[in-house]
Amino acid sequence: MTQPDLSPIPPGTEPPPQDDLFQFLAPDGTTHHPELWPDRETQLSLYRHMRRIRHFDERAWVLYRTGRLGVFPPYGGMEASQVGTAAALTNEDWLFPTYRDTGAALTYGLPVARTLAYWRTSPHGWAMPGNLKVLPFYIPIATQYPHAVGAALAESRKGTQNVALAYIGDGGSSEGDFHEALNFAGALDAPCVFILQNNGWAISVPTRTQTRAVNLARRADGYGIPGVRVDGNDVLATYHVTAEAVRRAREGDGPTLIETVTYRIKPHTLADDPARYRTDADNLGWAEKDPVTRLRAHLLADGLLTGDADAALTREIEAEFEAALAEADAYPDPTPAEILDHVFAEPTPQLLRQRAQIEAEE
Amino acid sequence: MTATATPTRTMTMVAAINDALALALEGDPTVHIFGEDVGVMGGVFRATDGLQARFGAERVFDTPLAEAGIVGLGIGMGLAGLKPVAEIQFAGFLYPALDQVLSHLGRYRHRTRSRFHLPMVVRAPYGGGVHTPEQHADSPEAILAHVPGVKVVIPSTPADAKGLLLSAIADPDPVFFFEAIKLYRSAKEAVPEGHYTTPLGQARLVTTGDDVTVICYGGMVEVCTRAAEAARAHGIGVEVVDLRTLVPMDTETVLASVRKTGRAVVVSEAPRTNGFHSEVSATIAEEAIEFLRAPIVRVTGFDAPYPPFTSVEDVYRPNPVRVARAIREVVRY
Repeated sequence: MTQPDLSPIPPGTEPPPQDDLFQFLAPDGTTHHPELWPDRETQLSLYRHMRRIRHFDERAWVLYRTGRLGVFPPYGGMEASQVGTAAALTNEDWLFPTYRDTGAALTYGLPVARTLAYWRTSPHGWAMPGNLKVLPFYIPIATQYPHAVGAALAESRKGTQNVALAYIGDGGSSEGDFHEALNFAGALDAPCVFILQNNGWAISVPTRTQTRAVNLARRADGYGIPGVRVDGNDVLATYHVTAEAVRRAREGDGPTLIETVTYRIKPHTLADDPARYRTDADNLGWAEKDPVTRLRAHLLADGLLTGDADAALTREIEAEFEAALAEADAYPDPTPAEILDHVFAEPTPQLLRQRAQIEAEE
Repeated sequence: MTATATPTRTMTMVAAINDALALALEGDPTVHIFGEDVGVMGGVFRATDGLQARFGAERVFDTPLAEAGIVGLGIGMGLAGLKPVAEIQFAGFLYPALDQVLSHLGRYRHRTRSRFHLPMVVRAPYGGGVHTPEQHADSPEAILAHVPGVKVVIPSTPADAKGLLLSAIADPDPVFFFEAIKLYRSAKEAVPEGHYTTPLGQARLVTTGDDVTVICYGGMVEVCTRAAEAARAHGIGVEVVDLRTLVPMDTETVLASVRKTGRAVVVSEAPRTNGFHSEVSATIAEEAIEFLRAPIVRVTGFDAPYPPFTSVEDVYRPNPVRVARAIREVVRY
């Protein structure tokens, strides 16, 4: 029996260099494991998804500034982490997104107009299309993880091969719900894929303050399930790893924890001022790791993409967004009494009285 | 309160809270402040702004993102002789910590026959009216007020916020201290400089009048005061009672006022069924029913989650018009 290594790791130890991550396409264009890459059509599709959700994120900023969108948590810079994971699902699978995962929900198939409505705090944003198994963005932290385990377990009990995929952040992985869910999923063999997007920050708290752990994927070991740490800005790698985890779950091999190492380039929400808690030095190097430019350079070099096709894609994405914005603009505002709708299947006598009170005051 | 000669400074409620926390840290080396984003950033509402820089990262520190951990940690610190002052970022995110609160926080003195006690304060912003995202606007004070052994304090003015918070920190038992988000920056007044305390368990008469008693607390005090002004223009004398402390409630002040006016309107922005307003109403019915000239009326939120829909949010939260209507209703009864 070997002696365990008990040498202390000093708190605040910086994460190891990123080049130890599972990676297909490095920021400098170096490629690894080409035999494992998704096919060319999939590569192009992942690129289109990333461009589409980046456009949403950028337009959200402008809409917020002009009072046409509410508080919005941006995900710009995390597109590979969201697209590569969500794109591995079908609409028969469950998606449990947090408020940071608008991009993942769009990739999964949440209509742009509904998504805009959600961030405008319109009830139309909470009304999810019936053909999708996506939940409204989770505001409380980590609560969605046990839900995903339950949904995954239900699918396997019903004899389907559908899976559930849930997101969380490095901050959220401190919550008890995160740990309970991982343990439940392992113990119950639930077909669940846990995505831990480690973007370096929980509002103002850096990961090194959040936890002494550096490799968060290793937490899976404690629950007897596999954990993978992947370059979260390499969409080809995030897609491959998630697709493998989905395949394992479908085949009855249980849950997987995937840590996507990425960075929250942007503020916590568009109302947040990161200058209070971080400097340019904290952000150093992350702009060069950008997921969209990284894949674009590769696709152009590989001949999969031309400048003209890219420009056409831009026009297509812009047109789609503006049409969705017009659709969202046309959603009627809720009536005052609507705040009492959907509490129970049948309103209680108390709710009926309260409705009458609201209607009398209108 | 202190003598009138005390110098004052005009400040917002959040600045008064910050001032109280600084004085507590200064005056008692056992006081420790912790929670999510309270250190480097100084809190999402800046309640702890500058405190880590001034008192160091051992006394004012950022915790991992886990509410049960924050409250549980505080319980352990309190048992071992420190004075933990924890911040839960929003009252609507307290729920993961409810096991710690319901199972432990209020029970230690009782279950150890006072061998241990918990001089812990949990601060949390609560309430609506500022268009926060889903679940950020909850008013869960009745849940806490239902836990034996836990005190609940909700200030409505900067001067009270400072004095009550210093009392809460000095209190030997656990205190939940809810701060109305709506008032953080909108409530502004002259606040006495230096250390003073406002006793827990004492309500405040905001206005006096002979016709109706309006009982409220926290973010609703400003709403009820405006309604009282409107009623006064119609010749109705309204006594607005700011509870300030829900547990222990200043029953005497409430009853004395109701016995004088013979009418009671109880106001809160929490859901209607089983809110703290219901406890106030039951107390009045039990102790002063023979003085009542009209039924007790509650003006409250509704039995639905606080709406995350900005355009109709204000329907949920009682406003001066709704309170004034209730005042007229009991006067005309």
